[in-house]
Amino acid sequence: MSVTSLDPVRSELLAELQQKVERIQSGPTAEPVATHPALSGLLQLRAGGVYGVDAASAALLLAAGPSLAGAWCGIVGVQDLGVEAAQTYGLQLERTIVVPEPRERWLEVVAALADVVDLVLVRPPGPVRQGEAARLAARLRKRGAVLVAWGEWPRCDARLTVAGTRWEGLEQGHGRLKARRVRLEVRRGAAPPRERELWLPAADLAVRPVEAEQVRRVEAVPDPVRVVS
Amino acid sequence: MSVSPPLRTMTVWCPDWPVMAALEELRPDAPVAVLENNVVLACSPAARVDGVRRGMRRRDAQARCPELVLAPSRPDADARAFDAVLEAVEELSPGVAPLRPGLCALRVPTRFYGGEAEAAAVIAERIVSLGVWDVRLGVADGLFAAEQAARRAAPQDVVVVPTGGSGDFLADLPVEVLDDPELVSLLRRLGLSSLGAFARLPQSDVHTRFGTHGALLHRLASGGDPHPISRRQPPPELVAALALEPPLSLVEPIAFSLRTTAERFVADLAGHGLVCTAVRIEADVDGVVSSSRRWAHPRWFGTADLVDRVRWQLTAQPAHGPVEAVRLVPEVVEPLGDHADALFGPGADEQVERGVARVQSLVGHDGVVAPSVQGGRGPASRRALVTWGERADGVRPAARPWPGQVPAPAPATVYREPFPALVVGAEDQVVGVDGRGGISCPPARFRAQQGDPWQRVAAWAGPWPVDEQWWDEAAARRVARFQVVGVDGSAWLMVVENGQWWTEARYD
Repeated sequence: MSVTSLDPVRSELLAELQQKVERIQSGPTAEPVATHPALSGLLQLRAGGVYGVDAASAALLLAAGPSLAGAWCGIVGVQDLGVEAAQTYGLQLERTIVVPEPRERWLEVVAALADVVDLVLVRPPGPVRQGEAARLAARLRKRGAVLVAWGEWPRCDARLTVAGTRWEGLEQGHGRLKARRVRLEVRRGAAPPRERELWLPAADLAVRPVEAEQVRRVEAVPDPVRVVS
Repeated sequence: MSVSPPLRTMTVWCPDWPVMAALEELRPDAPVAVLENNVVLACSPAARVDGVRRGMRRRDAQARCPELVLAPSRPDADARAFDAVLEAVEELSPGVAPLRPGLCALRVPTRFYGGEAEAAAVIAERIVSLGVWDVRLGVADGLFAAEQAARRAAPQDVVVVPTGGSGDFLADLPVEVLDDPELVSLLRRLGLSSLGAFARLPQSDVHTRFGTHGALLHRLASGGDPHPISRRQPPPELVAALALEPPLSLVEPIAFSLRTTAERFVADLAGHGLVCTAVRIEADVDGVVSSSRRWAHPRWFGTADLVDRVRWQLTAQPAHGPVEAVRLVPEVVEPLGDHADALFGPGADEQVERGVARVQSLVGHDGVVAPSVQGGRGPASRRALVTWGERADGVRPAARPWPGQVPAPAPATVYREPFPALVVGAEDQVVGVDGRGGISCPPARFRAQQGDPWQRVAAWAGPWPVDEQWWDEAAARRVARFQVVGVDGSAWLMVVENGQWWTEARYD
């Protein structure tokens, strides 16, 4: 018996088809979930979906949407949570449950929380196996909960990454950090990424898209300088 | 016709209960005081030797005993710790009424143990075996007299006030035991210093002068007790069992015959206004339990759910032979009312509480926290994480001005433990801060943590000196904070303390 290796185009096609099948299977439960207004048109959370992020602020921004609309949120495995920043982005702390150190039982904790809250933000302590992720995804679909995975996660519905950051207000030896412009990128399967520039937060601590006339691409950042001494 | 003997009350008192919990983490002979509202609520024997007393102000207590360890009052934790004592007493005698952490009351189980003093000895022995060595018991006709008797008992001993003798026993006690400062001060000024003197006043005069409340205390002082102790109801028998005759070995017929039993089980619970959220299913083979497992349900078990669980259990761990009996044992039952909301609305909060309880069973009671923002200068001190379900004691108000706090926006990542960093100037010399808030050279490169690559500083500001709690030698902290942005756009909050750089938070 021989296994023919798939060429990249076909495997991409397969992945796309797989996603389509999943989308159809999860059909009726995939109701839209309230998303942060700053992300409208860029990313719409759906019940039962898994969303990957790579930074604390992006994770908190995703969690803030449902929380602002009155939902409960669970945060699992995040020991270094900036509570005040979370509040700035709109997370309602009185409806937030934090499990800072679930250790090796983090998957059970996420599953238990997914039964009762509408959004779970998890930072897995190690690599996640395909099987575990699939079982959890089935549970999420059944319960209509959203999972925001901070870090590597096999097969996300969409992945939100902070592609560029520029802080304003800080100079050489004076000023202070006042506002931050970020370029957010949303990748969904093999489709080309969509991006948007956001104040995260603006000088008045609001989170909103950068107005059209102000849009200047945040320059690509150079690599950190390595010094050999 | 015989007159039934009056019901006797026993109180079990563990003195200084709030301190017991605090002492667990320290040496048993350490001087400890538990404070509430800056006033000593309870203190350990070592502190009492030095002259610390209940009701003393914090400063006075510290003046008498400089090495005093202060602990905040945590009533929830105290109550939880006292549960062990309650359960131990309940094993010996049913119907225990907890009054407050450290004190509970029960009807004296005289007949079984052969006397009041004997019963008290058995209970004291059981509690001492839990490691609570200071337990005192009192027996009297009424609750008030029994509590006073317990307060006058020696450790691990009992004071028994004879039947009808409550009035005589109380007569010699000072009026302060009434625990009503206003009335006590008035009685003192009237020249009534003992309960006996107060009790000798005519009841109608007391009622005229002091009102209903005064009349109530007057009855207490004269040995009458208006409070019958309320007992916890023993749980009703809710286990449902199905005997199979002849024994069956196939799963499907067992599940089929179980349906009516499961219906009865659910209906019985509903009759008591309860639903079952965790059940243990046991199956017997040859007269012994061969399969037993606990099942939990996110909402509650209905008939079909129970039959499914039995089917799953018997398929997963097959019995060694034909099954003779199946039992449904409710492990956790909850009032139906808590769940009924869900019929009309989301009923979210109750369900969330239950979900949290399940998570707590996985990671421990302290593993689940409720976040909030409190007052403070550094980002870590502005974060408050309170154990879920406990009252937020000791949280500093955030609305007050905190001069010297790091200006908004707040960092999204606040490290629980700051880690050592390094910030150097153009010639690789470590940037230092002097006592007047000047820096030795402008920062040029930094490393946020060991192992990170060096990075050039794109922008920075500081130092912002903070001189916190200079009046307290142990808590005093002199630090200077910097905001640093690297050329890759990452922004950090760093702090210098005694020449050492630390990374406190990251604006990511």
